[in-house]
Amino acid sequence: MTKVSITVDGVLHESEVEPRTLLVHYLREQIGKVGTVVGCDTSSCGACTILLDGRSAKSCSVLAVQADGSSVTTIEGLAGEEWHPVQAAFKECHGLQCGYCTPGMVMSAVDLLGENPNPTEAEIREGLEGNLCRCTGYHNIVKSVALAAQNMKGGK
Amino acid sequence: MTELADHVAAIGRPIKRKEDARLLTGKTQWTDNIQLPGALHMAILRSPMGHAKITKLDVSGALKYPGVEAAYSATELGDLNGSVPCVWPVTDDMVAPDFPALAKGEVRHMGDCVALVLAHTAAQAADALEGIVVEYATLPAVIDMEAAIADGSPLVHSDKGTNKCYTYHLQPQGDSAYAEAKAKADVVVKRRFINQRLIPAFMEPRAVVAAPMGTSGELTIWSATQVPHVLRVLLTLVTGVPENKLRVVAPDVGGGFGGKLQCYREEILCVALANKLGRPIKWTETRSEDMVATHHGRDQIQDIEIAATKDGKLLGLKVDLIANMGAYLQIITPGIPLLGMFMYPGIYKMDAYDFTCIGVFTNTTPTDAYRGAGRPESTYAIERIMDELANEIGMEPMELRKKNWIKHEEFPYTTVAGLTYDSGNYEAATEKALALFKYDELRKEQEKRRASGDKVQLGIGISTFTEMCGLAPSRTLGALKYVAGGWEHCTIRVLPTGKVELVTGTSPHGQGHETAWSQIASDTLGIPVDDIEVIHGDTRTSPYGMDTYGSRSLAVGGQAILRAGEKVVEKARLIAAHQLECSPADLEFDHGTFRVKGDPSKEKAIQAVAFEAFTAHDLPDGLEPTLQAESTVDPQDFSYPHGTHLCAMEVDTETGKSVMRSYVCVDDIGIQINPLIVEGQVHGGLAQGIAQALYEGAVYDSDGQLLTASFADYLVPGAPDLPSFTTDHTVTPSTTNPLGTKGVGEAGAIASTPAVINAIVDALRPFGVNDMPMPAHPMTVWRTLNAARQGGK
Ligand code: FES
Ligand code: FES
Repeated sequence: MTKVSITVDGVLHESEVEPRTLLVHYLREQIGKVGTVVGCDTSSCGACTILLDGRSAKSCSVLAVQADGSSVTTIEGLAGEEWHPVQAAFKECHGLQCGYCTPGMVMSAVDLLGENPNPTEAEIREGLEGNLCRCTGYHNIVKSVALAAQNMKGGK
Repeated sequence: MTELADHVAAIGRPIKRKEDARLLTGKTQWTDNIQLPGALHMAILRSPMGHAKITKLDVSGALKYPGVEAAYSATELGDLNGSVPCVWPVTDDMVAPDFPALAKGEVRHMGDCVALVLAHTAAQAADALEGIVVEYATLPAVIDMEAAIADGSPLVHSDKGTNKCYTYHLQPQGDSAYAEAKAKADVVVKRRFINQRLIPAFMEPRAVVAAPMGTSGELTIWSATQVPHVLRVLLTLVTGVPENKLRVVAPDVGGGFGGKLQCYREEILCVALANKLGRPIKWTETRSEDMVATHHGRDQIQDIEIAATKDGKLLGLKVDLIANMGAYLQIITPGIPLLGMFMYPGIYKMDAYDFTCIGVFTNTTPTDAYRGAGRPESTYAIERIMDELANEIGMEPMELRKKNWIKHEEFPYTTVAGLTYDSGNYEAATEKALALFKYDELRKEQEKRRASGDKVQLGIGISTFTEMCGLAPSRTLGALKYVAGGWEHCTIRVLPTGKVELVTGTSPHGQGHETAWSQIASDTLGIPVDDIEVIHGDTRTSPYGMDTYGSRSLAVGGQAILRAGEKVVEKARLIAAHQLECSPADLEFDHGTFRVKGDPSKEKAIQAVAFEAFTAHDLPDGLEPTLQAESTVDPQDFSYPHGTHLCAMEVDTETGKSVMRSYVCVDDIGIQINPLIVEGQVHGGLAQGIAQALYEGAVYDSDGQLLTASFADYLVPGAPDLPSFTTDHTVTPSTTNPLGTKGVGEAGAIASTPAVINAIVDALRPFGVNDMPMPAHPMTVWRTLNAARQGGK
């Protein structure tokens, strides 16, 4: 067992983890952050995407010990008083159906818009390449991200 | 706060979904989130072989691993090792092999369950699988369907003496009708289409928690399932736990597409073990397990023959299928090709139809329902062969369709397969689609590119499809030997404070029933959408239901909501009339308020009536307190949504790379309850159908190794692999239900595959290409093109 201190959604957690524990399992099983989910075992789907020190990362491809000293934001900690514009846009544009890909999709989109506040449709599609959705065909996800970009520029 | 002004009808509005709040903030209840004190985690040792005898199996070594409480093979499990049920014995002499949850001495597909371990954590259970000693003696595997039915083939089930599961014929005009039609034909076109095997690949892996709960010790099962009600009945029958001691809950479920319409081995094992040990048992699959152990879809060889006159009048259609069952039969495995059986004639009129299907066992994962279930296969065949016939007789493919389709004034129309299509307007949908697509302009551009020998050729693909949904009148299902019914249930309770509980037997897993069902009830009761809570997916709170699959939930479940709502209003009217001192007939009911005709100052809101019904201080004599009603509706018939889908593909003749330039579809699904949700359903269906055409295919080697057993090897398309779509609709109400709704869950997946392949073939037609295997990867396109160029095809 190894001691780690990780700040998750603004709260500092000091925990003992097995060295092999994946960050996503630490989040889900050890500290109850079940908003972040697992969709595959080959780092292909992006369902587990979180922000690690502000940048998107697949939490199934990071060991909990690697995140020691880091700050993690999950879908549960994304909203402040109000929803993040990306969350709001996903609702507005029906960018989700079953919602299983959604936590990861939203976190990736947040990172994408941080990098590129003005993405074209093609850039949105490329930027979300690591996130699979089986329900929406991506059409409304792309629309959601475009709307979020627009609203964030307007300072909404 | 409701988004609607009180006077606006909720039905037909693109209301934002109620479900989204929890899904967008990570507050969703997935089965895998459930952590119960004392739970044991199950890990399963699966066969790495396609076919083998288990020559040695000793689970005792697993017990030495940390945290392990028990380990079982079929031997230790004994009578608790239940068998997976099949509820659709399609013929009297169908071969139905035993399908034990844990294999008994022989494994028959990669992923077959061999043994299991129970430990305190999932990681401990997975580790302990290493301690199980197992040895296999390889048996010859059979993967190819035709090889499986050839003489001398290795047998998947040696005790059965055959790999043939069943042979099914449908010849509605008699056995010689097709031959007679063919004799009159000027042209007969024959093709063999391979409708490849697909993996449902819903994003939430399957998960089960089974726990003895509460003082009565009833067993509660949370499962990522589409069918909690069906599952409860089947788990009772398989495990012997009485039905009234079993509670099945489908919490939030992350997609299904038919793949979670099942009673799986793992569900049976969790229930049996929780019942035996008196402790919660939990299992969540890995994606790699999902790829080999969740049922697959499609996988048919289709020999299609169509007979016509030289000016394009269809005379007859002959369909010979070989359908892959996989190694065992699951819930409705044998019936899937028969759901397609009625739809091969599509929207066309003809004189004779002849259908045969042979179901075949192979050493592969069992097949079963996957989005469309039999209908994508039939639609692919008819829409592909129509293009081939058009080419053969030199007719424009849309003209050939127009010449043969059922005209809007001919509905209801009984097809050559014996179904009566309720309504439709193929002309209107097609006209709209052609305009949106700019069909004529694209045809001109195609001509130009052909003439100039452009290395990138343009192809246009058409799919004018219909499907049957709203499965189905219970009697019809009985006649087809399907064991269950096709009805749906709804209970509506108006609570004392005017809030509503709407209990439905449908079980959504992404379809937005909480929103759409509220809209229906809102219009019926005159109560705001946001005051209506839809309760579903728990057999304790919603004891009756037939769940969600086959685009049935709205077409059937919607009727139950409407009827239950009407009954509530009927009862409320009696109470209101009593209190307003008039006769019930003197009251009009508008937007939730009863008013005395001719004296509108005398009024009573339905919410106030609900409170009176609760206090029961002043009810009409003999009327029971409370304001609630229930309805169970058996549908009168199927409904038949349809649409015209058009696809433009640019195909690089040097590299084989094809790019989708545009995709336009105009669907007619009757009355729409929530257009926002409808569009989303269409998009998702399109993506899955396009993926069949271009990307996905489950591939086995000859030993039965699944070569596409992870998301790294099986190409579920990502955002860059798909375009945005142009969707629109026409509205031809269904005549088989009072809401006029049809169904939309599967439309996109059914219609799109042939549109894409037709477009690629159309692009390459000048080179002599007249078919394209799926998935049409660049390599496949390039090889097919080159073979055609060399006159090989
Ligand atoms: S769970 Fe699939 S990428 Fe992390
Ligand atoms: S919404 Fe279901 S997987 Fe994306």
